[in-house]
Amino acid sequence: MKKEALSPGALTLRRFLRNRLAVTGLGILTFMFLFSFLGGLLTPYRQEQVFYRSELRQKDYAAVTENESYRYTAESADALLHARLTLAVAKGERQFEDRGVSYSLEDLGRDIYAVSADGVSVGVLHKPVFQGEGLNTPALVAALTAYASGADAFVAEGKTYRLTPEGAVLAGEKEVGYISSLVLQTVGQEPLTPGLRDRIFQVIRGQADSFTYEDRTFTLNYDAATRQQLVREETLTQVWDAYAAPSVAHPLGTDKNGMDMLTRLMYGGRVSLVIGFIVVGISALLGVALGGVAGYFGKWVDGVIMRLVDIFYCIPSTPVLIILGAAMDGMRVEPQLRMVLLMLILGFLGWPTVARLVRGQILSLREQEFMTATEACGLRIRRRIFRHLIPNVIPQLIVTCTMSLGSTILTEATLSFLGLGVKFPFASWGNIMNDVANSHVLTSYWFVWVPAGVCLVLSVLGFNFVGDGLRDAYDPKMKR
Amino acid sequence: MARYIAKRLLVSVGILLIVIFVIYSLLRCLPASYVETMAQRLSQAPGAKPYEEWVQQLNARYGLDKGIVEGYFVQLKNLVTGNFGDSWKYAVPVWEKFTSVIGISFVMGAVSLVLELVLAVSLGVVAATRQYSRTDHLLTTGALLGISLPTFFFATLLKLVFSVKLGWFDLFGLVGRDHAQLSAWGKFWDMAAHLVLPIATMTFVSVGSLMRYTRTNMLEVLNADYIRTARAKGLPRSRIIGHHAFRNTLIPLVTVVGGSLPGLFAGALITETLFGIPGIGYTSYQAMVAGDIPFSMFYLTFLAVLTLLGNLLSDVLYALVDPRVRLH
Repeated sequence: MKKEALSPGALTLRRFLRNRLAVTGLGILTFMFLFSFLGGLLTPYRQEQVFYRSELRQKDYAAVTENESYRYTAESADALLHARLTLAVAKGERQFEDRGVSYSLEDLGRDIYAVSADGVSVGVLHKPVFQGEGLNTPALVAALTAYASGADAFVAEGKTYRLTPEGAVLAGEKEVGYISSLVLQTVGQEPLTPGLRDRIFQVIRGQADSFTYEDRTFTLNYDAATRQQLVREETLTQVWDAYAAPSVAHPLGTDKNGMDMLTRLMYGGRVSLVIGFIVVGISALLGVALGGVAGYFGKWVDGVIMRLVDIFYCIPSTPVLIILGAAMDGMRVEPQLRMVLLMLILGFLGWPTVARLVRGQILSLREQEFMTATEACGLRIRRRIFRHLIPNVIPQLIVTCTMSLGSTILTEATLSFLGLGVKFPFASWGNIMNDVANSHVLTSYWFVWVPAGVCLVLSVLGFNFVGDGLRDAYDPKMKR
Repeated sequence: MARYIAKRLLVSVGILLIVIFVIYSLLRCLPASYVETMAQRLSQAPGAKPYEEWVQQLNARYGLDKGIVEGYFVQLKNLVTGNFGDSWKYAVPVWEKFTSVIGISFVMGAVSLVLELVLAVSLGVVAATRQYSRTDHLLTTGALLGISLPTFFFATLLKLVFSVKLGWFDLFGLVGRDHAQLSAWGKFWDMAAHLVLPIATMTFVSVGSLMRYTRTNMLEVLNADYIRTARAKGLPRSRIIGHHAFRNTLIPLVTVVGGSLPGLFAGALITETLFGIPGIGYTSYQAMVAGDIPFSMFYLTFLAVLTLLGNLLSDVLYALVDPRVRLH
């Protein structure tokens, strides 16, 4: 069997691709990148697009009471007589004497009685009342009398009024009022149209509990305590479509602001991944520069830089990040600027790990023959460091950076979860999960926080798998 | 050895002084609304001094009227003499608050460390002895999953499953609603039950790296010459692994674990906060978010001291358990 000659790079790649976990990791990462960067382009929504839903709200429209006591309308109304008349009706008397005058009641129908004193008509006793304006007492008496008999017109003071079967009183075409035992008061400012009023009365008489009128829906509720029929209108109100369950339009539902969860997740992925890369980039740059210088020059330079590394190691980073986050909250830093600052701070806190690694590697590489050769050839220092030393550190560096990509994403997510990292309107996987602080979300709306957590775990896992695979692939001593 | 330790201690003190300075300058740069709020409240008491005078007095009291360098020395003197000041948020001396909350953090840390060790060492050894088997892959994947799981996500999942769905544990807090009515044992069990989920979280998220560390070390040891010799002698496999290999695996583990011992007092900030356990982590989180400078100052310094102690301890232990290592 002939064995083909492969370059070290190709060998590494081959070893990497043979590692099942590493390839899985690569697959996961590819998916997460496509999901975040391509998905954000393909999704039909914008990340800060708010969706609304219409909710049926019951708005009080009017209250209707039935007039249950007799009223007395006459030129000379008199409370005592009114009481006596009511009593007579209740007892079924049609004739009685009161203070020397003999009164007689004539039932006109519809709970209306004509009252005459000594044979002369004086007024009417009635349950249906007139609501409206513009009729004086004789006209009222005429109107009620006509209403009782079911007439369609009456004449009062030379004017002819029309009367509809429902009880509306019309002067010409204009309605001046209506007669009914039902008394209606509207709640809002909206004037009541005669048509709607007649419809309400009709429905109340018909014992129905809801009706539609000109595309509006009303419901009737009888309140036994106040003996009122409450007429409520069902109106459609636009509200944020918060915590909508997953559907075709929103495969992962919506969050508390009525924004599409899937879209937020995609944009959140962008933020989390980009922050990871930039932060690791910053720390790698600083770390390689300082670590390289320390390792190459040694002596006091090394001493100073390594003490600096010790100091950085000693600074408790999570509390410091929390304090800085709280401070930025206090100073009301804009979300955009905040994100940049967060990246700088995380990058600045991350360099000592890289520096220590690079220094260690360079210290051991420096003593090897090829470095003596570069010195013998008279190469410039810069060229020796950056052309011959650093490339030999790269494998280790890549492994460390891949691993720290995962941990940086975790740190950012933790901060955002605490509300001290990336802030709304920007999404990040951490701040999407922030909502579980609300126990109701934790228990009832899994789709708000579980997908973000899963994305986070998958990405970090992907970076760790790949980093692990790279380490094994670069290190041929670890034989399979 | 003694000389080495003395030298290291000296260097550590130097580092600590600089770290304290960094922490102090950081805290001084925070928007200190506390003093203004406090002065506002004090000046409104009947017959009190005007607001400006209170601000001055409070600033002088906390050393905020001086420059950062001068203030640093005042702060340093206070720290050295054990005068940690009064917490702004909790309105009690910092030391008093600290001693009242450190116990529970230590218990949580210690229990989870023991669990971690037992799990990590046993699983790590199993994975190494069966390298590239299905068990190994499963354990490695599990360990990586543990490392990759954000604490807050894992804690929330645990809450959903065990608190909400199964109802076995409470969602928050250290004690149940009826804690006051319970007997002494009942109180103990009540608290223990409330600590189950936090400790499970802490253990699971940190067991992975220790397990992988054990596995790597065990693999290294298994490739060593003396193991080959033992095999060649025809020793039974169990004796090779249990006696020859395992003991040598413990060497690097001792240093790691020794180094993490001071960390037991550091508290688990995220876990405690999520479960509402009043330990040092949760207490400090609240203090830091509220801009409580004395408490934050104390906590951060405390953490720095713990880190330095941990490093020192692990180096010294390394020399102690491995005679080949010389410290200088």
